[in-house]
Amino acid sequence: MSIRVYVPGDSGARSVAADRVARAIALEADARRLDIQIIRNGSRGLYWLEPLVEIETPSGRVAYGPVRAGDVESLFAADFLRGGAHALLLGPTESLPLLMRQSRLTFARVGVTDPLSLDDYRAHGGFAGLLRALHLTAPEIIEEIVASGLRGRGGAGFPTGVKWRTVAGAQAQQKYIVCNADEGDSGTFADRMLMEGDPYCLIEGMTIAGLAVGATRGFIYIRSEYPQAASTMREAIRRAREAGHLGVNVGQNFGQLSGAFDIELRVGAGAYICGEETSLLESLEGKRGQVRAKPPLPAISGLFGKPTVINNVLSLAAAPFILARGHKAYADFGMGRSRGTMPLQLAGNVKRGGLYEIAFGITLRELVMEIGGGTASGRPVRAVQVGGPLGAYFPDALLDTPLDYEAMAAAGGMLGHGGVVVFDDSVDLAAQARFAFEFCAQESCGKCTPCRIGSRRGVETIDKIVRHENRAANLALVEDLCVTMQDGSLCALGGLTPMPVLSALKHFPEDFQRPLTQMASAR
Amino acid sequence: MDSLSRWDEESARTIIATARAQAVDFLGPDGEIATALLPILHELQKRFGYVDRAALPLIADTLNISKAEVHGALSFYHDFRQTPTGAHVLRLCGAESCQATGSGRLADHVHHRHGLLPGQTSPDGAITFETVYCLGNCALSPAAMLDDEVIGRLDEAALDTLVETIRRHRT
Repeated sequence: MSIRVYVPGDSGARSVAADRVARAIALEADARRLDIQIIRNGSRGLYWLEPLVEIETPSGRVAYGPVRAGDVESLFAADFLRGGAHALLLGPTESLPLLMRQSRLTFARVGVTDPLSLDDYRAHGGFAGLLRALHLTAPEIIEEIVASGLRGRGGAGFPTGVKWRTVAGAQAQQKYIVCNADEGDSGTFADRMLMEGDPYCLIEGMTIAGLAVGATRGFIYIRSEYPQAASTMREAIRRAREAGHLGVNVGQNFGQLSGAFDIELRVGAGAYICGEETSLLESLEGKRGQVRAKPPLPAISGLFGKPTVINNVLSLAAAPFILARGHKAYADFGMGRSRGTMPLQLAGNVKRGGLYEIAFGITLRELVMEIGGGTASGRPVRAVQVGGPLGAYFPDALLDTPLDYEAMAAAGGMLGHGGVVVFDDSVDLAAQARFAFEFCAQESCGKCTPCRIGSRRGVETIDKIVRHENRAANLALVEDLCVTMQDGSLCALGGLTPMPVLSALKHFPEDFQRPLTQMASAR
Repeated sequence: MDSLSRWDEESARTIIATARAQAVDFLGPDGEIATALLPILHELQKRFGYVDRAALPLIADTLNISKAEVHGALSFYHDFRQTPTGAHVLRLCGAESCQATGSGRLADHVHHRHGLLPGQTSPDGAITFETVYCLGNCALSPAAMLDDEVIGRLDEAALDTLVETIRRHRT
C-alpha cells in the first residue's frame, strides 16, 4: 500500500514554496521507485513551520518542517517515510506543543483532511451536525445555537442564535443566508484557512442555518484577494451539489425529506467597506458598496429586501460542531459572556505566527510571548494591535488583558475578528495613527460626512501635530474629531477609526512629539 | 494568468450574456438580475485586463440599469481598472501586519530599484505595480501577490528575482 504524504496546499503554505516541495517529493519518490500518495491538505495554522510535511505512519502522523525543496533528498535518505530521524523532524503531529495547547472545535479538520474529499469529510465527523439538525424542529435548532452562547465572529459579537430567531420569525416568501467572507482586517486569515482547508464545513453550517430560518438560497461573498479560497469553495459547492448535499432536498443523503438549499459564490472587488454587512448586501445586489442606515436590520429587510441571516464564516462554521455535540459541549469553553473558542490569528513581527483556536480568556501576553515567542526581529515588543485596522494599539502595560469580548472592551479595545498584530520598538505610533485616518479616507464609502470628511481632516491634523503646529489646539481637535466620528458615523468604519488613533495618543504620546519616522500608505 | 485579449465587442457581449444567464439560473427569471454586475465586471477584466468604456452601455442594457449605475460601481471598487495593464500585476501588501515587517521598505525598493510607483506599469508593458490592503497571509508577512499567486516572507532579493524573471520572459 502506498504511503500517504501530506504537503499543505493552503495558499499560505504555497506562498513559501509548498508546491516546489510537493514536486520534489514526487520526483524523488519516483526516482527511488517508492509508492507514495501526496495529499494537499489545509494548513495546521503553524505558519512558521510551513511547509509542514506530514507522513502517515502506523503509529500516527509524523511532522517535518519547515521543509525546503532542497531538503527533500536528505529526508528520503533519512527514511522519513517511516518517520526517520532528521534535523527537520518535529515528532508526532498530535503531540506538537502548540497544537496540544489548542481546542480545535471549528478547525478540527483543517490541516487534517483532503479539503475537497467528501469521503474524508464524512470520515472525520462531517455532516453529523446537519444529520442532527434534520431530526430537530427549526426552533430547536435555533435554541441550540442560542444556548451555545455563540456570538458573531466577524467582530461585532452579536449573539448568532438571536439573529437566526429574528429571521425565522419574519414572514416572507424568500429568505437568504449570506456568508460574509470579506475578511479584510490585517492580521486575520481564519476565514481563508477554513475555506481552503475545510470548505464543506461552511456549506454544512449554511445549510443548517437555512433549515433553521427557512431560507432556500445562500450566497458566499469572498473577497477578491482570496482567489484560492474562492476556487476551492466553488469546487466544493459543485461537488456538494453533485452528491445531493445541496439542491432540492438537502436531507436526501440521510434518508430525510427536508427543504431545498443551494449556494452561489460571489467575489468582491477590493473594497474593505464591503465587510460591513449592509454594504456587502448592496454589493451583492450589484451596486456600489455603500452602507445602509439601520434599522431596518438585515434580519428583517436584507438582501433584495428579504429577511436575511448575514454571518461571518467562523460563526456559520461553528454551527456543525454545536449541533453535532450539543450546545453544552461548546459553551463549556470560554469565560464570562464569551463562550466557546476563538480562532486567534497571530501576525506581524512575531516569531511563531499562525492560527490558534483557543478558549476565550487567554491573555494577550500569553498569546504574544508564550505562544508567539515574541518578535521575529528579536527586538522588544512595543505595541500590539488587536482586531484589525480599527482595533486599538495595546502597550506592554495592557498585555495582561484577557482576550474576550468584554475584557477587551473594558481595556479600550475590541477583539474584532481575532487578529493580533505585533510591532517591535521600531514602530512609530504617530505614523500608525495617521495611517488609520488615511485608511478610513481611502475606504470610506462616502455616504456619511463624519467618516468621509473627518478621516481627511484627521490625516491633516496629525501632520500638524508632528510638525508642532499649534500642538495643544490640534491635539484637542483630534480628540474632538474622534468623538464626532464615533458618535456620528453610520457604520463601524468611521465609528471605530478613532480607536487606533486614540489608543496611540493615549499610550504612546511621545511618538507625537517628533516628525514621523515612517510613512505608511494605504494604497 | 491567462494571457489578455484585446478589447472586442463580440466576446464582451458573450461574457455579459453568460453571467446574466447564470444569475437567472440561480435566482429564477423574476430574480434581481442586477446582482450579476460584479461577476460581469470581473469576467471582462479577466479577459481584457480592464473594463473598456464601450462595455458600459452593453452591461446597462443587459441588466436593465442605467449607464451611470454601471459606471458608479466600476469606479467604486478598487479592483476594477479602466485602462489596460501590464501583462502581469504585482501587488504588494501595505496592511499593518506587513507594515510591522517592513513592507514600506519594500515599496521604496520597488520605486528606487525598478522605477515603479504604485499604479504604474513598466515601459515594456511587462508589469503593473500596485499596493493592496491585506492578502490574508499575515503570519508570513510581508506578502505580495503576482497575478493569482501569493508570495510570503518577501524581501528585497526575492522582489528583484521576481521582477527580473517577469521582464526576461517578456522579451
